[in-house]
Amino acid sequence: MVQELLGIVCVFFLSVVCSIPLGKYISKVFLYEYTRLDIVFNRLDRWIITLSGIDATRQMTWKDHVKSLLYINGVWFFLSMAVLMNMSHLPLNPDGNPSMSFDVAFNTSVSFITNTNLQHYSGETGLSYLGQLILMLWQFLSAASGITVCAVVFMAMKETKSEAFGNFYSIFIRSCTRILFPLAIVTAILFLFNGMPMSFEGKDSITTLQGEQQYISRGPVAAFTAIKHLGTNGGGLYGVNSAHPLENPNYFTAIIQMIAQTIIPMGLVFALGYMLKNKKFSRMIFGVMTAGFIILVTPTIISEMQGNPNITAMGIQQTMGNMEGKEIRFGSGLSGYWSIITTVISTGSVNAMHDSFMPLSTMNQLLAMMVNGFYGGCGVGFLNFYIFIILAVFISGLMVGRTPEFLGKRVEAKEIKIAMLIALLHPFLILIGTALATALPDYTTASLSNPGFHGFSQILYEFTSSSANNGSGLEGLGDNTPFWNIACGIVMVLARYLPIIGPIAIAGILANKKYIPESNGTLKTDTATFGLMIFAVIIIITALSFFPALTLGPVEEYFSLIK
Amino acid sequence: MKTYVLPAIRLTLIFAIFFCAIYTFIVMASSMLVPEKFSFGKMNNGYYYSIGQKFSSDKYFWSRPSAVEYNAAASGGSNKEPSNPDYLHSVQLRIDTLLHYNPDIELSDIPSDIVTASGSGLDPHISVQAAMIQVPRISKIRKISPDILKKTIKDLTEKPMFGIFGTEKIHVLTLNLALDSISHF
Repeated sequence: MVQELLGIVCVFFLSVVCSIPLGKYISKVFLYEYTRLDIVFNRLDRWIITLSGIDATRQMTWKDHVKSLLYINGVWFFLSMAVLMNMSHLPLNPDGNPSMSFDVAFNTSVSFITNTNLQHYSGETGLSYLGQLILMLWQFLSAASGITVCAVVFMAMKETKSEAFGNFYSIFIRSCTRILFPLAIVTAILFLFNGMPMSFEGKDSITTLQGEQQYISRGPVAAFTAIKHLGTNGGGLYGVNSAHPLENPNYFTAIIQMIAQTIIPMGLVFALGYMLKNKKFSRMIFGVMTAGFIILVTPTIISEMQGNPNITAMGIQQTMGNMEGKEIRFGSGLSGYWSIITTVISTGSVNAMHDSFMPLSTMNQLLAMMVNGFYGGCGVGFLNFYIFIILAVFISGLMVGRTPEFLGKRVEAKEIKIAMLIALLHPFLILIGTALATALPDYTTASLSNPGFHGFSQILYEFTSSSANNGSGLEGLGDNTPFWNIACGIVMVLARYLPIIGPIAIAGILANKKYIPESNGTLKTDTATFGLMIFAVIIIITALSFFPALTLGPVEEYFSLIK
Repeated sequence: MKTYVLPAIRLTLIFAIFFCAIYTFIVMASSMLVPEKFSFGKMNNGYYYSIGQKFSSDKYFWSRPSAVEYNAAASGGSNKEPSNPDYLHSVQLRIDTLLHYNPDIELSDIPSDIVTASGSGLDPHISVQAAMIQVPRISKIRKISPDILKKTIKDLTEKPMFGIFGTEKIHVLTLNLALDSISHF
């Protein structure tokens, strides 16, 4: 029990320890400073730039950045649809899996280019290997575009007064080749040495020791799983994701997968400190994020390790905790930890089935996605947090009666309006989506696998996961229907692009304002007091908007369980 | 339009080649270099080490219940919530079955993992306690002394890595292969 907890604490510290040097490296990549890998990557980048005919030197305004992002994402969407809807006619399909229908292909394409990886299909039967490879491509590119927009905002925060800052394509290419590619190679090789398959052969069939026929799906698992976590994507090659013994064979691969999904979001926070030459500011942000994470993860681990009171009532032992939907090799404590890591960081990969978690754990998973800024996804996590910072600057400014300033720039009405709209978009999409689904029982009731309050939790979870671009699910929900595919698809698009455009716009507008040197009256934004202020803003926004919905789902479920 | 769309298409195609072909090829090529002993894929005896097998015959140690009957081409869990009445009913049935086939054990000896389904439906392990409660049954059927069985379980128990990373567990297939080598049935 105690050892299990000690192991989990070690995993967390390992993540932090790995992400600090990575943050330093990322800041060098963004600032075009010398690194030892330049010998290889300078040449590679030049080739890519020449072949694609990009002007990689043009300094872009925030509107140019947004246009570049939207156009290239549009291209990905059409290419993805074309492949997924014609898989049965294309090569690399040894198992003879069928093409996707329009609504599943729409959901899947949107889901992977928005870094969500919500999967309404099951990998073993729903995709050919070409389909898997094209989705793996989006796992790289969507993560890189998240990192790029984050870099753009970092650069804007550094500007003293300029309309244009950085080149979208250039940073995008650098994120792909210099951050994701080398990390993915190293991670994939670690996986290979731990027994993850890397093969393009079809199903294998063996006779078990007991004498029965068993079919085993294979695939390019090592390559896919590496970027699935590094890019905070979370979409598994297999239906059950990282609970599958070939996608996560042992405790060591579980540690690697958990570290892999945390290092880039954490590293970006440290990178900001190196870029602004203000480590105290990034430590403050990291502190707030970590406090939020610990508040969510602690009760989850405890409630999973305590087990299910209904099972205890049957008179059997429950020393291992709540084991329904969990694997012995991970245990209930680590599975609880993973479930929160994967929801605070919009990964959405699972090593245990979230549907069978205890109600309080479900609530914490939902809260993690509702905040969506405690570390958060690759790049976009910081952008969500940036909105909270702007709101905290404004509210503290009002409290002390001064014009609010952030990093020497005056924050005015226009920026606050954008920030407020973006902050409210997330609750709007989740609650309207859930309300719609409950108001249309003809389309939704049949897809719920659990009666009562948990059925409501399943609906709420699906929309929260879509809107947080997370991708995990209470998988008992029979979500492969046109209603769920289209509704979740629309939510994912809005929830991906608007919260990217908002912060870029705010940062762009602020970058173009006159720099005001710090004086005695300036509100300090790198102090613990200001951190507390941000935390309060986060709690107020999530608590006020989501608690009624949470009460109907997991909270009610909890009280009906302990009666 | 032209300033954004054409470069976007070209860049996408280049990265498609870079990641789908070159990255995949590098990982494929590295997989050839992995020595046999690290490869948990297919073992010499034709079984997969990582993939759990269904053991329901009373001469073998049973594996955990599975929502997909150990079909490794369609993995899945039960996805039942902790207070779902159908789910609790099926757990009760599994407990009754277990007690029926293992009459020598007490209800309070049963660990929850042997009556609950795993997430993947392919869990290759059981807890040590889940193996221990099956000793009297196996010993009677195979006519092996319980002490030998207990010793085998103890020898095959996998300890947590460095004492802190992981759980104490038994690999069911390894245990049953060992069982067959003690007495072929």
